[in-house]
Amino acid sequence: MTDTLIPVTTRKDWSSDQEVRWCPGCGDYSILAAVQLLMPDLGIRREDTVFVSGIGCAARMPYYMNTYGMHTIHGRAPAIATGLALARPDLHVFVVSGDGDALSIGGNHLIHALRRNVNITILLFNNQIYGLTKGQYSPTSEVGKVTKSTPFGSLDHPFNPVSVAIGSEATFVARTHDMDRRHMMETIRRAFEHRGASLVEIYQNCNVFNDGAFETITGKQVRDDMLIPLRHGEPIRFGTDGQRGVVIDSQRGAHLVDVADVGEAALLVHDETRDDPSVAFMLSRLARGPYEPTPIGVFRDVVRPDYGEGVEHQLAAARSDRGPGDLATLLRSGATWEVG
Amino acid sequence: MSDTTHKPRAPEVVDRVIIRFAGDSGDGMQLTGDRFTTTSALYGNDLATLPDFPAEIRAPAGTMAGVSAFQVHISDHDITTPGDAPNVLVAMNPAALRSQIGRVASGATIILNIDAFDDRSLAKAGYAADPRSDGSLDAYTVYEVPMTSLTKGAVTPLGVKPRDAERSKNFFALGLITWMYTRPVDPTLEWIQRRFVAKPQVAEANTVAFKAGHAFGETAELFDHPFEVRPATLPPGTYTNINGNTALAWGLVAASQLSGLPLFLGSYPITPASDILHELSKHKNFGVRTLQAEDEIAGIGAALGAAYGGHLGVTTTSGPGMALKAETMGLAVNLELPLLIIDIQRGGPSTGLPTKTEQADLLMAFYGRHGEAPLPILAARSPSHCFEVAIEAARIALAWRTPVILLSDGYLANGTEPWRLPDVDALPDLSVTFATEPNHTGDDGEPVFWPYQRDPETLARAWALPGTPDLMHRIGGLEKEDGSGNISYDPANHEHMVRLRAEKVARIAASIPPVDVYGDVDDADLLVVGWGSTWGAIDGAVGRARHAGHRIAHLHLTHLNPFPPNLGDVLRRYPRVMVPEMNLGQLSHQLRAEFLVDAKAVSRVRGLPFTAAELEQAITDQLKDA
Repeated sequence: MTDTLIPVTTRKDWSSDQEVRWCPGCGDYSILAAVQLLMPDLGIRREDTVFVSGIGCAARMPYYMNTYGMHTIHGRAPAIATGLALARPDLHVFVVSGDGDALSIGGNHLIHALRRNVNITILLFNNQIYGLTKGQYSPTSEVGKVTKSTPFGSLDHPFNPVSVAIGSEATFVARTHDMDRRHMMETIRRAFEHRGASLVEIYQNCNVFNDGAFETITGKQVRDDMLIPLRHGEPIRFGTDGQRGVVIDSQRGAHLVDVADVGEAALLVHDETRDDPSVAFMLSRLARGPYEPTPIGVFRDVVRPDYGEGVEHQLAAARSDRGPGDLATLLRSGATWEVG
Repeated sequence: MSDTTHKPRAPEVVDRVIIRFAGDSGDGMQLTGDRFTTTSALYGNDLATLPDFPAEIRAPAGTMAGVSAFQVHISDHDITTPGDAPNVLVAMNPAALRSQIGRVASGATIILNIDAFDDRSLAKAGYAADPRSDGSLDAYTVYEVPMTSLTKGAVTPLGVKPRDAERSKNFFALGLITWMYTRPVDPTLEWIQRRFVAKPQVAEANTVAFKAGHAFGETAELFDHPFEVRPATLPPGTYTNINGNTALAWGLVAASQLSGLPLFLGSYPITPASDILHELSKHKNFGVRTLQAEDEIAGIGAALGAAYGGHLGVTTTSGPGMALKAETMGLAVNLELPLLIIDIQRGGPSTGLPTKTEQADLLMAFYGRHGEAPLPILAARSPSHCFEVAIEAARIALAWRTPVILLSDGYLANGTEPWRLPDVDALPDLSVTFATEPNHTGDDGEPVFWPYQRDPETLARAWALPGTPDLMHRIGGLEKEDGSGNISYDPANHEHMVRLRAEKVARIAASIPPVDVYGDVDDADLLVVGWGSTWGAIDGAVGRARHAGHRIAHLHLTHLNPFPPNLGDVLRRYPRVMVPEMNLGQLSHQLRAEFLVDAKAVSRVRGLPFTAAELEQAITDQLKDA
């Protein structure tokens, strides 16, 4: 808000006095730690920072941040954050949501916040299950998922959150996971620094209702072979020795290859800044679920005017064209007549 | 026109007239009525209007479903309703005649555009025989005017294509009625020039058609003489003609200025509320931010987010949208943040009658949320009153840190009346004090900020804006411990908070002026209690009943929750209480429940305002029953 120096802070300064009440072993703890550790490095003040959430396990996070915070109602956080961000462009507004909150009950608000490019940073904790309501399948659960509400297996085809965000032409879309604190911090930092709406999908383990959902790709033993790191300007390759890679051709779109078969020159060079979202979308479709090699990192980071800037610009233009509003003049702006 | 000498015919002075313009949705009847109204307002008449149009943008031409009408009541004295039965009906086609004739007083004047009375159009309107020749119009004075062909004849020499020429026929009708009621022509001619500045040919065609209509009245010997309705004696001041939605939008701008808080509107388009969004989106130089949200829920959500950030948050809607916003209203009750929720009521349930008026959302406003979630409720009684009520709603919301529901309806939204402009310097100060420093000492002896620390008198909580150093805090929909605002599942705390939120709303009553009673205050046999847009019709009916020798009092509520502090005492003073409402008795239900008085509902739910005549009858019936 001001030009004065941002005070030096530590994780402790960003932690509220409230006892954290997630289940022991929940992936949310490591996400909270990553965020609290990152905040002192963002060059912002606690009082200028607001965490807004909806409903769900993830939505408790604002209570644990020593910032301003609003724990609202199911699915509506992006809409409420939109109002706050437009009213107060001086604030840093984060939205904390889960797969049910963001993609089921609040799907409409999510896609509209993204396409409008409101200046908010959305952290989507995806654990592929409803935790707070004790274990029903979510819009990201795999087909056939057996849960309390689907004893014969879920028939729902799941959403891929990154595909949804890219399909909404979000200007910043990334994925990270709760087993890699450094990657989380770096990814969330990039999302924060992006002007406009940014979405970070965070694969998060629910050790009570969906334990090990991402183990096949994020486990320390398999990670190198199952996660495809996206790095801007570099050929996309992965595997313990970088032996596998991604190519695009007109027949099959983006697909995985052995680098030895095609040569490094044939690999797709990752370009986050490509305005056309099609390639980023293809990358988001490489894995059908967290059991196939899955890209992580920043899929897309493009520049588009943020909505709030547009709003402020129109207000300023109206003031400079017409001068500040005068109530008495407004009341006389229609046809008037005098009596007596 | 055998006589070529110009006979000046003196106008006959009448004290009032009710004119109804009716035609196809595409005939421009709303515009015609609106122009006639403005001219009459500038001339100094008192007036009230009732636009009556279908929900369909363009129903099939020539059908009953596609008829759009506009009624205006002009008078040389103070009036409060658009009138009961029209004295003049202008019908642009057979469907307009057939759909409106039932409302028209016998002996009234009917002006027909006979060019539209061909066999096909008659059949489309459902006429088996031409009503002009079957005797069905014998009770009326009928003028047959070939408006379409006269308009074409006047306009085509300008080079306008015949099809386009025909479209100016509403200006011909306007010109004719302007002559008939001795209205000045200049305001309309000037308006045409301004309105069609980008389309000079259209401007010229409309001007020529208007003048042709005016000249037709003057020279054709069809009409014996014109009429005149002299200016009304209104209190001195500057006046403008205003509809309810514009007055409401301006009231919100005023509340923003008076409070020093920027205005933020989150809204989703819905009839009949959208015009508030349209109006406010023009006023960016007042710092007004408007968001056309993705849905009703996002509209109120964004407004609540802006309120958290220190803006005057507003959402506007109609019944179906109110239903969708209910959960967020409950959140706002829990967060104890100021927020204005504006419901322009329409016929329901469900999609109901989108363009028609009703007052059936009152109990939803009272109770339409889960849990004990009391909200202050206000209702405007006339189009211009919407301005004042918007400011009053903001006063309550800001001082008590509470969402407030403001009820208007389709009739107020689109109806107009002359409004004596208020002195803006005399409007109330709504300034707000935000928390800037800690207000409590923590267990460790350190100063802390408690977001639910309260003003002992109003019980309003402390409001600290994001951006304020050292006051960081979290609020949410979970039950909170009073004071600290921390999450609390403690049974005693929950009961305390439920009662406290109710008490906070109840205490608003102390700031509400006692209700005024009009009419036979001391010795009435019947008290008529109204709320909202029934004010004009009740006022008219009470006046007539008293004129007929009955002793009647009238009380009209703006504050519906909490009620004004003296309401119970006033209700008990009268032997009979009658409550006319455009619902099945929602206010009477509340009055009976709260005050144990035998308040009798008089209900009409036809999508139309009460007429003064039917209320006068209801009053007489009530007195007979006793």
